[in-house]
Amino acid sequence: MAAYTLNINGKTQEVDVDPSTPLLWVLRDHLKLVGTKYGCGIAQCGACTVHLDDTAIRSCVTPVSSVGNQEVTTIEGLSENGDHPVQKAWLEEDVPQCGYCQAGQIMSAAALLKKNPAPSDAEIESAMNGNICRCGTYLRIRKAVKSASGTSS
Amino acid sequence: MTLVKTKLGRRAFIKNSSLASGGLVLGFSWLASCKDTVAEKAMASTLEMPKEWFEINGFLKIGENGVVTIMSPNPEIGQNVKTAMPMIVAEELDVDWKNVIVEQAPLNTDVFTRQLAGGSQSIRAGWEGLRMAGATARKMLKDAAAKAWNVPVDEITTEGGMLHHKSSGKSAGYGEMASAAAKVDMPNETPDNIEVPEEIELKEPKDFKIIGTDRMNVDGAKIVTGKPLFGIDTQREGMLIAMIVHPPAFGMKYKSMDASSAKSMAGIKDIFPVVVYPEDAEKQWSDGGGIAELVAIVGNSTWECMQAKKALKVEWEQVSRLESSKYHDEALTELLNKAPDEPARKDGDVDKAFKNAAKVVESVYTAPYLAHNTMEPMNFFAHVTPEKAELLGPIQTPEFLEKTLVSVLGMPAEKIDVMMTRMGGGFGRRLYGPFGVEAAVISQKIGAPIKLVYTREDDMTQGTYRPSYKVRYKAGLDDKGNLIAWHVRGVGTNDDLVFENRFPAGAVDNYLAEKHSLETNITTGAWRAPRSNFIAGAEQAFMDEVAEAAGKDPIEFRLELFDRAIKNPVGDPEKNDYEPERYAGVLKLVKEKANWNSDANKGKSRGVSAYFCHNSYVAQVMDLTMEGDTPNIDKVWCAVDCGIVINPLSARNQVEGGIVDGVGHATYSALTFEDGKPDQSNFDKYRLIRNMEAPMEIETFFVDNEIDPTGLGEPSLPPISGALANAMYKATGRRYYNQPFISDKPPLVG
Repeated sequence: MAAYTLNINGKTQEVDVDPSTPLLWVLRDHLKLVGTKYGCGIAQCGACTVHLDDTAIRSCVTPVSSVGNQEVTTIEGLSENGDHPVQKAWLEEDVPQCGYCQAGQIMSAAALLKKNPAPSDAEIESAMNGNICRCGTYLRIRKAVKSASGTSS
Repeated sequence: MTLVKTKLGRRAFIKNSSLASGGLVLGFSWLASCKDTVAEKAMASTLEMPKEWFEINGFLKIGENGVVTIMSPNPEIGQNVKTAMPMIVAEELDVDWKNVIVEQAPLNTDVFTRQLAGGSQSIRAGWEGLRMAGATARKMLKDAAAKAWNVPVDEITTEGGMLHHKSSGKSAGYGEMASAAAKVDMPNETPDNIEVPEEIELKEPKDFKIIGTDRMNVDGAKIVTGKPLFGIDTQREGMLIAMIVHPPAFGMKYKSMDASSAKSMAGIKDIFPVVVYPEDAEKQWSDGGGIAELVAIVGNSTWECMQAKKALKVEWEQVSRLESSKYHDEALTELLNKAPDEPARKDGDVDKAFKNAAKVVESVYTAPYLAHNTMEPMNFFAHVTPEKAELLGPIQTPEFLEKTLVSVLGMPAEKIDVMMTRMGGGFGRRLYGPFGVEAAVISQKIGAPIKLVYTREDDMTQGTYRPSYKVRYKAGLDDKGNLIAWHVRGVGTNDDLVFENRFPAGAVDNYLAEKHSLETNITTGAWRAPRSNFIAGAEQAFMDEVAEAAGKDPIEFRLELFDRAIKNPVGDPEKNDYEPERYAGVLKLVKEKANWNSDANKGKSRGVSAYFCHNSYVAQVMDLTMEGDTPNIDKVWCAVDCGIVINPLSARNQVEGGIVDGVGHATYSALTFEDGKPDQSNFDKYRLIRNMEAPMEIETFFVDNEIDPTGLGEPSLPPISGALANAMYKATGRRYYNQPFISDKPPLVG
């Protein structure tokens, strides 16, 4: 066990866990931030996507010991009132079916738009390709990203 | 006017102060138009929580301020019944949707019937009861107003949660009237002159104001902000995490273990073998392939349990055959070449017809096992004490879980509470709930509240899979290209695949349907649109081949057959479980919408398919281009006849999802076995469709009619693999017989 001071959603959080513990389980089990989801544990499905500084990463394979003082942003911290442009677009397009993968999808989309505010269709598909949606809401996901990017015609 | 007998209990206007909480609650319709700033909308439409609630029946309660809570009785797996079912109640109650709060009902078989998510039946089976619940409450509010105002009840009208009496100019809100009615008598007593009516009038579909309009997912705001909604999100004081270790292969059982080092690992409370189903357990169908004995790991956190799981050494012993995919393939082929003792349906004489046929077409189609792979792995919270068992989690069959628990825990049903969470996908996987039983037994044994969590590998390698299938079709055509004989023989692992009374039964003079099942020890069960999920695509791909052999347009060829089934059906038309008029209707609609005969799709390859299942009709046209072995799907047109559509916004979502799901599994997915062990255990080897592989566009058209609603969660999936195979044929010039299509390579030449 080791003590870590993490910067999560703008707050300082202390945890005492095994250094190998993935950030995903620190968030879910220790900090009760359960918006970030477990799907595969091997960085294949994207359900666990969070931001480290501004980059989308898979928290299920990111040991807590590697986080250091980088800023962690989870779905709970993406916006204060649920009004991040990506969250708004997700509601407008009524994207979710079961909803389980959507936090990861939204985090991937938000990271994309931060780096590339006006992505092409191909760039959207490519950036979102690491996030599996078993319900098949991919078409609405693309529309929502496009609409949040402000380039929707 | 539609009069129906009410079936509700006689309790009415029960004042229930314990339910009142005061304060504010966020209504969900505040996002009806969130083009403006979401925060502003949220502020403007926050609902004031009532000080008192009045329960009118088990489906709804009304606050003194007019806010209405409607219970959604059925489990929510992503099919969006949590929005649709309350919409139906709200319609007949005649309230403003923006004043409605939706709650997930707990399992309560006294009030609700069929609290089950399966067979695309929630809306179909719930339709009348939901309408009745709303209409009964509305009638009782009118009765209360008639009494209060001393006017005839039939002079009272309602609108948007208000009661009006036109000639006297009197008006009151529902909440106000419920409050007044409850005060007439003692609390918790039915006012003596407001009775639950014996007969009730339901609205005419033309008067619907909520049904048939786009309403956003009631959990949408919670989903996009990451609120705890799913079983796996459950957190309780003192809760421990539990994991299981199941046999590594089908055909093996627990023998012994060495847990000494794993038990001493950080955060581990205990590791023990646990009998989930004792020999005398009264199992339900929903226990599926539940494993009688496995190993439980209980600890403080998920990661610590996962580490102990890796360190643990468990010995297993073989109890039955260890099956491999090669065995399934050979055994299914052997079965496919054997006629069963009795045909499932026989009209005319196919042998004679094939002898006389000008052309005979014959093809075999195959499909592998599939895992469900809900994104949320199996999990369940359980807290079992000698006095009470509390169960909370994602389950499509809560009623059956409770029945098994009565037997396994040795407790009466009154002491068992089963509550449902929103589910991160179902697809049939959570019809089978051994994980709920496992959680209860582990909690009972360790004497603490636990949350059982499966790893992805646990879930994928101990599933209740979609069976693997083979089907052979043979068709005979006369010299004019008319279909004169049709023979289908289908086989599957623990499943017999063929629906003998579905199309083209009734449309061909000489028809023979045969089926049988190969018994295996690999657990199989319902997977979104059971059997239809494969046979629809196979049949519709074969239909395309036959139409081509007949020299006819594939849509015209099908329409001719429907015409035959309409005008002069073969055999007893009552036996055919489809209506040919509605079947033809969706085909004609999709033909028109896709401009079937135009050359607008130049450069693209086009396929068609149509199917009937879950009482609904679907026809699809697909345009694609091939990039190597991969189809790039440009567009799908989809026509659906599912009767009245409750919520078109979400209905379109279901249709789109079913199409993506169907394309994905037919093209990319397979589960194979070696010595009883699945070769794929996670998404690195088990391929699921991803964003780039989904169609560019899907356009859905619903047939506008006033027929009671039928299934929608499943019907768009089955036919799409047929449209895909047919379009791929157009592009490549070869037929695709074996799923997944991506690995269905043409035979090497030379």
